[in-house]
This record gives sequence, structure tokens and C-alpha cells, in this order.
Amino acid sequence: MMRFYRRAFQDIIGNRFVNTLTVITIALSVLIVSAFVLFFINTAELIDPWKQGARIMVYLHDQVPQERIEPLLRQISGMYGVDHATFISRQEGLERLKKSMKRQPSLLENLKANPLPDAFEIRMIPESQSEAAMEVLANGLEALPEIAEVEYGQQWIGRISSIVGLFRLGGYALGALFFAASVFIVANTVRLVLYSRRQEVEIMRLVGATDGFIKAPFYLEGLILGAAGGTLGLGGLLAAFLFASTSLDQSLAGTLLKLRFLPLSTVALVLAGSMVVGWLGCYLSLRQFLGQTPLSEPL
Amino acid sequence: MTANGAPEALIRLFHVHKRYGPKHALVDISLDIPKNAFYFVTGPSGAGKTTLLRLLYLGERASEGQILVDGMNLSRIPAKRIPFLRRKFGIVFQDYKLIPTKTVFENVSLVLEAAGKKFRLIQKKVRSVLRTVGMEDKAEALPPSLSGGEQQRVAVARAVAGDPKIILADEPTGSLDEDSAAVIVDLLKGFHTRGGTVLLATHDRSLIKKTGGRVVHLHQGHLKEITSAGLDYR
Repeated sequence: MMRFYRRAFQDIIGNRFVNTLTVITIALSVLIVSAFVLFFINTAELIDPWKQGARIMVYLHDQVPQERIEPLLRQISGMYGVDHATFISRQEGLERLKKSMKRQPSLLENLKANPLPDAFEIRMIPESQSEAAMEVLANGLEALPEIAEVEYGQQWIGRISSIVGLFRLGGYALGALFFAASVFIVANTVRLVLYSRRQEVEIMRLVGATDGFIKAPFYLEGLILGAAGGTLGLGGLLAAFLFASTSLDQSLAGTLLKLRFLPLSTVALVLAGSMVVGWLGCYLSLRQFLGQTPLSEPL
Repeated sequence: MTANGAPEALIRLFHVHKRYGPKHALVDISLDIPKNAFYFVTGPSGAGKTTLLRLLYLGERASEGQILVDGMNLSRIPAKRIPFLRRKFGIVFQDYKLIPTKTVFENVSLVLEAAGKKFRLIQKKVRSVLRTVGMEDKAEALPPSLSGGEQQRVAVARAVAGDPKIILADEPTGSLDEDSAAVIVDLLKGFHTRGGTVLLATHDRSLIKKTGGRVVHLHQGHLKEITSAGLDYR
């Protein structure tokens, strides 16, 4: 095994320019893809707390008598997807408004009458917070004669959902693109090494070397290039993250959001992925090279 | 020895043909080469000397006929066993076929590494064969820095390092001066004296005459005759 490592390292050092370029390319790919993953993880952290608080506001007609409130509350609480519903009287609503606008009290000072209607605040169970489920529930609520308006920020939810979806899709597409590009570059590097060692491979075959003996150092080389590129890319990402998070943490202080780096399992996955890139590039290159001059077969 | 007193054949060819499209490189060759023999294969350019040697180490497969090498039937040998067949041979080429970027020591050790030998044994064996061919002091040199004769000595060292049963030498002295050629032939004779079998392809009649041995004459792919020359090494 040691002789395979020795040959692999000899090749890497012997072709250090091409190999350095390959490692840098893998590192850049890893950096970009894992930066995307990092951004996605932290964005999900931002969206999730909002999703936990997803709510529907239901505003009643002015003429709804007080004795209808209690049956209505029971009816709404029993609807599919509702976690719990709270009645907010028009008076309570005004108090909340005043509280939230305490910095601009003059706006509400001249009100002669309370303009707000009675309302229900509905919290949904987490499993039913999709846009479609919310719309179904909103339609059900709107069908009740006592209800004047249902408000649940449809557009905002729709936009957030599509942005998240777009991010995910973009992440997959970018990941696939960089994966393919890295495999292609590793394959080309190994092909260059193979062609420069064509005579050596031929001589090894003449002296009775097996396929495994000839291929093993190339596979090791691919794995080493992949691991080096992966480590460099993740190292770069960590450095950028540490640099960015010190300034961002201050501006995010006081919010629920806390920036975090990739979990260890994801780091391991990215590293394994970059090694697979190295191996696969090598495999494709060897297959093509050996396809032209099959090993162990007559020369 | 076989039951009828004939020497046991290490290499046997039965009605072997080799065709490249419409061209016949070898036609109906039947030949037995016994153990511990020194055979020349001779003939003019295009006679089929190199083709004959290539068929033996499966550089190419015969178009027709059977070849047995040390009990292995080459027409039935699976691809994964070919490396093991090639370890029975040490091969010496006119153009040496040394790896220019590896030292003399590394070139010779490649054979033993390919055979999976242990590091210590490789060190010992390579030193020993380099000493035999008189190249011990050039162990760390790169082949391009050596003369033709020296490179061919390294090639012979590589050929014998794996303790093969047979050495196939294809015009090994073709690009050497007389003195260097004599050294190479002496090394091959030494291998033969120690019990090895040598097949040496050459068109150099004076070399055959000086060296002696059995001579396979090829002409336009046909086996014309087998004669003896000088001292009979068989």
C-alpha cells in the first residue's frame, strides 16, 4: 500500500502545476456549493421561527351580537388545521394598536370612535402551515356569515415559499453543475498524467503488473486531490464565515436568529463528496484511457 | 526429459498463424523450445521475428493455432491471468524501453514491485542484479544520462530481476557497438548458464556465429529450418 501512496504523491509532486489547479478548482466548487448550503441552513433558521407563528386574522361584521362570539369561537377551533383561536375584542385590538404605535401616539389621539372590528386570531398546527392548507381554511372561514374579512398574508407566504423553493432548486442545480465541472477537471488532470506516463504504463504491463497495481496510485491520487480540494474549500468557507459572523452577529443581536456554521455531518458529507469527485474523475479517465489500450489485454 | 528422451518443451507452437488483414506475418509455425535452451530467431526484416516473440508474451494473439508456455495455453488464458504469464518472461528490446524519469534502481525494481515483492527483498535483489550487469554504481542515474550499452545492461538487469524462466530479446544489440553488444550477449549467456531459456531475435549473422546455439530461420513468415551454430548451448 505504501508504494501506491508513494507513487501517487510522486505523481502529484511531479505534475504539481496541474494538480494545484485541480485542487483550487475543487476547492472553489466546494466553497461555492457549501456557501449555498450554509446560506440555506441559516435562511431556513430565519423562516422557521416565522412559520411557527403563522396565523390567520378573522375580522367580524359590526353587527355580530356578543352571544354569537362563543359559538363562533368553538366552531372555528374545531376547523381542520386550527391549533387554537383567540377572540380579540375591538377594544383589546385598539389597545394592542396603541401599544405597537406608542412612538406615534398622536396618530391615534384624535380618534372619535374605535374603528377596529372584533376579531379572532387563529394559530395553525405546524403541519398545516402550507399555503394550500391556509387557503382552504381561509375559504372555510369566509363562508361564515358573521365574518367580514380573512387576512393571512397570502402573498407573503406565497412569495416566501417560492423563494425558499427557488433557493433549494438553485442549490441543487449549482451543486450538480459544480460537481460535474470538478469531475471533468479531475478527469482531465488524470488523463494528462496518464498520457505523460503512457510509456511507463506500457512497460508496467510488459513486466507483468496487474490492473490493480497500475490503477491504484491513480485512484489514490484522485482521492487525495478531492480531499485536499474539499479541505481547502471548507477551510475558506469557515474563514469567510468567521469573518462575516463577527460583524453580522452584532447587527442581529437581540433577534432570535443566531448564525451557525455547517453541522459536522454536513462537513463530513461535503468532504466525502469532494473525494467522490476525485475518484469519479479518475475512474472516467482511466476507463477512457484503458478503453483505448485495454490493460492486461495484449498490447 | 520426456519419455522418448527428448528434452521437455518449455514453449510449444502448433500450426501458428498470424495475419494482419490480408498480410500473413507468420504462416503455420510449429516449434518446440526446450528448457534451458539458447535459441536465435533470425531472418531478414519482415520475416516475422518480432511477431513471433510478441505472440509468446501475448503482446498479440495468434490468428490461428495453439501456443503453450510452461503449460499455459495462450489461446485460453483469461485477461486477468496475462500479467502472470508475462512474469515468466524477461523482455529486452532494441530501444531498451526504460522509463526515462525513473532512476536505474527504480526501473529495475518495478518488476519486483509489480510482482508484489517485499521492500527489503526488492532492495537486495535489485542491488544484486545491478552488480551482475556492472551497473551498481549507476543505480541513482537516470537512463537518458547513460550510454546505449549501459541502458541495455539496465534493461537486461530488469529482465532477469524477476527470476523469469525465459528471456525474450528482440534485437538487443541492434543499436550497440561491438563491445557493448558482446557484454549484453555475455549477460544473456550467463542467464542461460544458470538454467534459463533465451530466445534472441536478430538478423546479425556474425553475432550468431560468435555466440552459438540453435537458430530458427524465418523467411516471409515461414519457418525455413532450425540449425545449430557455433557452440550448441542447448
